[in-house]
Amino acid sequence: MTRYSAFGLLTKALGGHAGWGRAWRDPAPKPSYDVIIIGGGGHGLASAYYLAKEHGITNVAVLEKGPIGLGNTGRNTTIVRSNYLLPENNHFYEWSLKLWEGLEQDLNFNVMMSQRGVLNLFHSDAQKHAAARRGNSMRLIGVDAELLDREQVRAMVPLLDFDNARFPVMGGLLQRRGGTARHDAVAWGFARAADRLGVDIIQHCEVTGIRREGGRVTGVETTRGPIAAGKVGMAVAGNTSRVAAMAGLRLPIESHVLQAFVTEGLKPLVDTVVTFGAGHFYISQSDKGGLVFGGDLDGYNSYAQRGTLQMVEHVFAAGVSMMPCLSRLRVLRQWGGVMDMTMDGSPLICRTPVEGLYLNGGWCYGGFKATPGSGWCFAHTIAKDEPHRLNASMTIERFRDGRLMDERGVGPWPWAQ
Amino acid sequence: MHRIDCPWCGPRDEAEFAYRGDATVRRPAHDAGIDAFYDYVYTRANPRGWHTEWWHHAGGCRQFVKVVRHTMTHEIAGTGKAGDSLPVPAE
Amino acid sequence: MIELPRRPRLRTRKGGHVDRDRSLTFRFDGRAYQGHPGDTLASALLAAGVRIVGRSFKYHRPRGIYTAGPEEPNALAGIGTGARATPNSKVTTVELHDGLVARSQNRWPSLALDLMCVNSALSRFLPAGFYYKTFMWPAAFWEKVYEPAIRRAAGLGRASALPDPDHYEACHAHCDVLVVGSGVAGLAAARAAGEAGARVILAEQDFLAGGGLLCEPGQEAWRQEALAALAALPNVTTTLRTTVFGYYEQNMLGALERVADHLPVPPAHQPRQRYWTIRAGEVVLATGADERLIAFPGNDRPGVMLAGAARTYARRFGVLAGSRAVLFANNDEAYGTLAALAEAGAERVTVVDPRPLGPAAAAARRQGFEVLAGHEVTGGHGGRGIYSVEARAIGSAGAFQIDADLLCVSGGYGPAIQLASQSRTAMRWDDRIAAFVPGDAPGQRSAGGARGCFGIAAAARDGLAAGQAAASAAGFAAKAAFALPEGDDPDATVAPFWEVRARGKSFVDLQHDVTTADIRLAHREGYRHIEHAKRYTTHAMATDQGKTGGLVGAAVLAEARGETVAVVGMPTYRPYVSPVTWGAVAGHHRGRAFAPIRRTMLHDWHARRGAEFMEAGLWLRPAFYARPGEAPWDAILREGRAVRQAVGICDVSTLGKIDVQGSDAATFLDRLYTNTFSTLPVGKARYGLMLREDGMVMDDGTTSRLAPDHFFVTTTTANAGRVMEHMEFHAQTVWPELDVQFASVTDQWASMSVAGPEARRTLAKVIAGLDISDAGLPFMGVADATLAGCPVRVFRISFSGELAFEVATPAGYALAVWEAILAAGAEFGIEPYGVEALGLLRIEKGHVAGAELNGQTTMRDVGLGKMAKKGDFVGKVLAGRPGLTDPARPRLVGVRAVDRERQIRPGAHLVEPGSDRSLGWITSVTRSVEPGGWIGLAMLSGDADRHGQRLVAAFPLMNEAVEVEISSPHFVDPENARVRS
Repeated sequence: MTRYSAFGLLTKALGGHAGWGRAWRDPAPKPSYDVIIIGGGGHGLASAYYLAKEHGITNVAVLEKGPIGLGNTGRNTTIVRSNYLLPENNHFYEWSLKLWEGLEQDLNFNVMMSQRGVLNLFHSDAQKHAAARRGNSMRLIGVDAELLDREQVRAMVPLLDFDNARFPVMGGLLQRRGGTARHDAVAWGFARAADRLGVDIIQHCEVTGIRREGGRVTGVETTRGPIAAGKVGMAVAGNTSRVAAMAGLRLPIESHVLQAFVTEGLKPLVDTVVTFGAGHFYISQSDKGGLVFGGDLDGYNSYAQRGTLQMVEHVFAAGVSMMPCLSRLRVLRQWGGVMDMTMDGSPLICRTPVEGLYLNGGWCYGGFKATPGSGWCFAHTIAKDEPHRLNASMTIERFRDGRLMDERGVGPWPWAQ
Repeated sequence: MHRIDCPWCGPRDEAEFAYRGDATVRRPAHDAGIDAFYDYVYTRANPRGWHTEWWHHAGGCRQFVKVVRHTMTHEIAGTGKAGDSLPVPAE
Repeated sequence: MIELPRRPRLRTRKGGHVDRDRSLTFRFDGRAYQGHPGDTLASALLAAGVRIVGRSFKYHRPRGIYTAGPEEPNALAGIGTGARATPNSKVTTVELHDGLVARSQNRWPSLALDLMCVNSALSRFLPAGFYYKTFMWPAAFWEKVYEPAIRRAAGLGRASALPDPDHYEACHAHCDVLVVGSGVAGLAAARAAGEAGARVILAEQDFLAGGGLLCEPGQEAWRQEALAALAALPNVTTTLRTTVFGYYEQNMLGALERVADHLPVPPAHQPRQRYWTIRAGEVVLATGADERLIAFPGNDRPGVMLAGAARTYARRFGVLAGSRAVLFANNDEAYGTLAALAEAGAERVTVVDPRPLGPAAAAARRQGFEVLAGHEVTGGHGGRGIYSVEARAIGSAGAFQIDADLLCVSGGYGPAIQLASQSRTAMRWDDRIAAFVPGDAPGQRSAGGARGCFGIAAAARDGLAAGQAAASAAGFAAKAAFALPEGDDPDATVAPFWEVRARGKSFVDLQHDVTTADIRLAHREGYRHIEHAKRYTTHAMATDQGKTGGLVGAAVLAEARGETVAVVGMPTYRPYVSPVTWGAVAGHHRGRAFAPIRRTMLHDWHARRGAEFMEAGLWLRPAFYARPGEAPWDAILREGRAVRQAVGICDVSTLGKIDVQGSDAATFLDRLYTNTFSTLPVGKARYGLMLREDGMVMDDGTTSRLAPDHFFVTTTTANAGRVMEHMEFHAQTVWPELDVQFASVTDQWASMSVAGPEARRTLAKVIAGLDISDAGLPFMGVADATLAGCPVRVFRISFSGELAFEVATPAGYALAVWEAILAAGAEFGIEPYGVEALGLLRIEKGHVAGAELNGQTTMRDVGLGKMAKKGDFVGKVLAGRPGLTDPARPRLVGVRAVDRERQIRPGAHLVEPGSDRSLGWITSVTRSVEPGGWIGLAMLSGDADRHGQRLVAAFPLMNEAVEVEISSPHFVDPENARVRS
C-alpha cells in the first residue's frame, strides 16, 4: 500500500504512474467473520474502518451488492454541517463534523473537506425566531453559529435577490465550520483506509438473507454463498426496510426520492452553501465549478433513484427567486437518491430485537454529513453491544415511547419531514 | 410525472394531487392500546414494488384516491375510491 | 466602418443552406468577423479561418471546433454581454445573428497566450485523481491555499452576476405521437403518423429541419416535399430549435424551445425560451447517431474534427474546414466526407484506414484519393492548428508525416440513446456497428440511426414503419405510404477501432482532458467498474456528457479488464440530453411572482391607513398602523392600549374557516377534537384543540354550532389547509360511515374582532336585530344580525382577554361593516390594531399561538391538558406515551425581564445563572401594556415549580444575557372576568 503524498505523486510520475497499486484489495469472501457490515456506502465503510481502528476488530467484511459508494454516498449534494436544534442531534453531528475536520490526515486521502460556511436564510419573524432558538442551542453546547442581519448576509452573498423578492431576506444563521466535501472520495478514502487495517471489502456480493438461530444472528446468505458472522450491522441507506425485513423487522421508515442537480462548470460564483428559507432550495459550488443544488423530496414512496418534473420546476423557481443571476445558467445533470425517511426526520443507530444484529439507517437528508460520526458510533455500538451516549437516543423504541427527535415539529409524515 | 386516473374527475396530472402515504394501514379501535397505534402511525412495509397508497386530489375534487403504484417503475396499476379494494398485481 | 481581415477563401461559392447575399457581423474576442444567415457561430468562425476557440478544462490545451452539433466537447464560448452574458455555449449550436458578441473562456490572459497551459507541461504530475493524493499538508492549507487556486483554475465560463432581464414561459402540450428529431427517419415517421390522422408533434433541436439530409443536396427535393406535406397537415406541429431534454414517467417529456436566442434580444412580449412538458401517447425517438472519436496522440489539436462535422461544414454551410485533409476512419460511412471536401475545394484528402483495403477504399482510390489502408494515425502536430499528421502502417514502427491542415476522424457511429436510456429501455450491444442499441418499450420506439439503422434510404423506411406503428398504437389506421428517398445504403459494419497505442496524450474526453492513460490508471488503482472509472477520472461528465468519446473510454477500460465493452457497459446517461436553461424551467415563478400573495378584503383600507404589512404564510396582514413620525413600538403599544382601555378593531379574515354539515357532524368533531362538541348548544361557540394522531397539538380554534347538523369551525391562519385536509382524510378514509361534509369558506367570510371595554357600546350603535347585552349574547354566544344593512354573524369570543365580539360578514360587505364599526367607535377612541398588537394582547393574556403550537408540543406542554375528554379522539392514545407525559418536559410559563426596559428575545434559552445548560426557551415576546416592560412566553422544564424564580434568558448569538422572572403565563386577568363582562 502506497502512502499518498505530494512526493509520492512526483516519484510515481517519473514512472508513468505505473507504480500505483489498487486503492483497496478485491478479496474473495471468507467463510466467517467476526463482524459483517451489509452495505458498502460511506456509512458501512466508515463503520468497518472505525471497528478496526478504534476497537481493534479487524476480522470484518463489508458486503456490497454492486460497486462501493454508488448509492446515496455518490448521489448527494455533499453538504457537511452540524447546525441542529435538538441537543441529541447536535451533539452527534458536531462529533461527526469534528471527525470531518481531521479526516484527510486520518485516512491519508484528500476528501476535499471545504469549510466554506453554511448559511440558512430566514424571511419572516417566525423563521428568525426558530433560527435564533437553534443557533443559541448550538452556541450553548459549544458549536459555532452566527446570526447575520440582512446587511451582513448581503456582504457575504451579494447575488441574492434583495430588491424584488416575494419573501425578502431578513437575515441568516451561519455556521462557518460547515461546508462541502467530495462525496466519492469519502467512500474511496474509507475503503482504502479500512482495507489497510485488514477489512475485506467485497463488492458484487448481495445479501439475500439474514441467518438467525434462537433470536440471535449467525450470519448472512449472499449471492456468493453463506457467510457466518458473530455480529451483523446493516448500513444500507435506500434499502433499509428491505434488508431489515430479512430479519423480520418492520421499521418506522419510508423510502422517498430526493433529486439533485448540477450546472455546467463556472468560474467561482457562489462561495458558501446557501439555503433558501422561502422555498426548498440549497446550493453550493463544487471545486470543479458546477453549482450543485437541490430541493425537497418528490413526496411519494419511491426506490427509483429518479424523480419527476414537477419538483424540478419548484426547485428551479426557488433557485432563481433566491439568486436571479442563476437564470441564464444551464443545468447539466439531474439525478435522484433514495432517502430512507424516518417518521421524525432523525436517524437510527441502534441494536435491534435480534441479538447481534445492528441497524444504521433512516438518515433522511442527513446521511452524507453524518458519515464519519455514523460509522464511529455504529462501530462503538457493535463492538460494545451498547450505544455510545452520542447515539443513545437514536433507537427504534423512541417512536413507541414518544421520545421523538422531530427537529421541525413536522409529525409522522415522512414526505413532509 | 405521474398521471393519476381520479375516479371522480378522470386522468389528471400529479401536480393536482398531494401524496398521503400508505393506504393499507387502518386506524385501530380506540381501546387497542399504544402498540396498535404505534404500528398504525409509524411502521410501514415500505415495499420496493407495488404499493397501495393515498393521493389527495387537493387541486381537484378533494377526494382521497386510492392508487396502486409501483415504487420502482412508478407505473400505476389501478386507482379507486377510498372504499374500493384494488387488486395488486403480482411482482 | 469595421475593417475586416483578408483571408483565404474558405467559403464555397454556392450550395448549402446559408444565404450568401446577406452578411452578419459578429465579434469573437473583440475582433469583428462576418458570416451569413444560416451559419452557426462555429461555421462562421471556421469560414473566417479561426482555428482556436477555447482552452481545455484541466491542461488548458488549445482547442478548435470538433463537431457540428450539440455533442461538441471543445468549442464553448460566452455569448452576449452584460446581464445577457451566457457562459459555456457550444458555438456549434449558436445560431449567428447580426451583432453577436462571443468570448472564449478558460484562458488567461488570452486565448492565444494562456499561462495556465503550464498545467499541460506539468501534466505528468496531474494524472486522474491526483488531487485525492495530495494537498493534505498542512491541513489548514486546503481552504486557504490549494482550494482557492484549484477553484480559480477549474470551472469553464464566467457567469454574469446580474439578474436575467429576459423572461421565460412554460407550456403544456398533449399529442398522440411525439417524434423527436427531424432527420429522414423523423420526417418519415411524423408524416406517416400525421397522414394517419394522429396529433403529431415533431421536435427538432436544430434551427433547420432535416438532420443529415441538410448535407445531401440530392435529397433536398424530398426534404422540401416532406416539410411541405407536414405543413399542410393541421394535426402536425413542427417545432424547431426545440431540444427534448428529458424522458419521464408515463411518456411525459420535457423540452426546451429557444424562441429568441437567434435574435439580439427577444422581441417585445416574447420569451427568450419556452419550457414544454409534452404528454405523448406514443413516442418515436429519431434522434440519429453520434459519431465517435478515435483515441490517438494529439487527437485534441485544433484542426482535428469529426469526419461528419467536416462534411456538414462543407455541404450545409459551404465552409471548407481545411484544404489539405486527412481522413482517419474505420467505417465506410465516413468516406462520404471525401466527396464533400473535394467539392468544397479541398486540394487533397488522404485516407488513413486501419482496415484492410475494402470496397469503399477501393472506390475512393478510383476517384483519385490517396488511401492508406491498414494504417493508423499516431499523432497530430501543431499547437495552434494541425500542420502535419503522423501515420504508420499498423504493426510497423516507421511513422511518416503527412502535410495537412485538417484531420477528420471517425470511429463509427453510435445511436443517440440518451432519451431511450433515460426511459430505462433495455439496451443491447450490436457487434455489427459496435454500439449499444435501444429496444422498444411500451409507448416508445426508436427509428433510423437512433437504433442503428444507418443510411438515408434505410432510415427513411424505418422511420415510416415507426410512424405507422406509433399511429396505429395510438388508434389511427395507417394510410398509403408516400415516396421515400432512394439510394444504396452504405455498409454500416465497423471494425471496432478505439485507440492507437502510441506515445503522447490520447484523449477520450476532450472537455475534461481525460486520456487513455487516465482510464488505465483508474483500472490499476481498482476503479474498475465503469461508474468508478468515470467518477475517478471525470470521464464523460462534462457538458457534452461523453457523446463523442464516452464509449471509447469504456472500450479502453474493457481492454484493461480483459472484457468486452458489452460487459463493461457505458457510463450512465443522466438527464439532461443537453444542458437546460435554469430560468426556462423556472418560468414566471420568480421574484415577486415566486408565490401568490393573499390579501384580505380590507387590504386597501389598511394600506390607506398607513399599515406596515407583514407576511403570514401567503397572506399579507397589517402589522401596525403607525402615525406619521410614530415609532413602531409606540404604534403597537398605542393600539394595544386602546383595546385594554377603550376599543379596537382588527381584521382577522385570514383565520381559516370551515363549514361542517351533516347529521354526524357533531360525532365527527368529537372524534377530531380533544374536547366535546356534541354537547354544544346551538348558538354557542367553544374553543377546541386538535391533535395529530401522534399526540402532538395540531391546531386550535373556536367552533360554533349554527344548527344541530351545522358547525362553523375556525382554524389558525397557518394551518387552515392542513386542518381541512385532516378532516377530509378522516371523514373519507377512516370513518366513511359518518354523514359529514366540509367546505372551506375562508375567502367567503371577512371577519373582524371588536375588542375592549367599549366594544359593546360601539357595536350596539350599529347592530340591528340582535341584543348584544351580556344577557342577550353571553360569552361564547353566536347569533346572526345586520350591521349597516349588511348581514353579519356575531361571535362573542375573545383572543385579547377583553370583552370582545368577532363580526363575520360575507366578504363583499367587509368594507361597509368595517367602516360602520369604526365610525360608531370614534367617540370611544376606537383604533384599528394590527398583528403586532394582537400578539401583545394574547401574550399578556397567556394564549398560545403558532410559536407555542409548533408541532413539538403536547396539550399538557401548553397548559391545556385539562381539555382531554374521556372518549376517543385522534391523538389520544399516542399522547399517552411515556415520552409525551414525562413530567420533565418543558411547559408553558411566562417570563418578564427583571429590568423592565431590557429587551428579551424569542429564541433565547433559559439557563440558571452561570450555567450553559438549556432548561427551555422563549417562544414569544412583546413589550406590554398592563404588566409593563418586556414580557414573553416560554417553554421551561420544571414549569410551575419555577414560578417566581429568576433565570437568565441567554442569547449567545448576540452575547446577551438578561435576567428574567418566571411566572404564570397569564399576565392579565387570570380569573377571565373581563371577557364575561
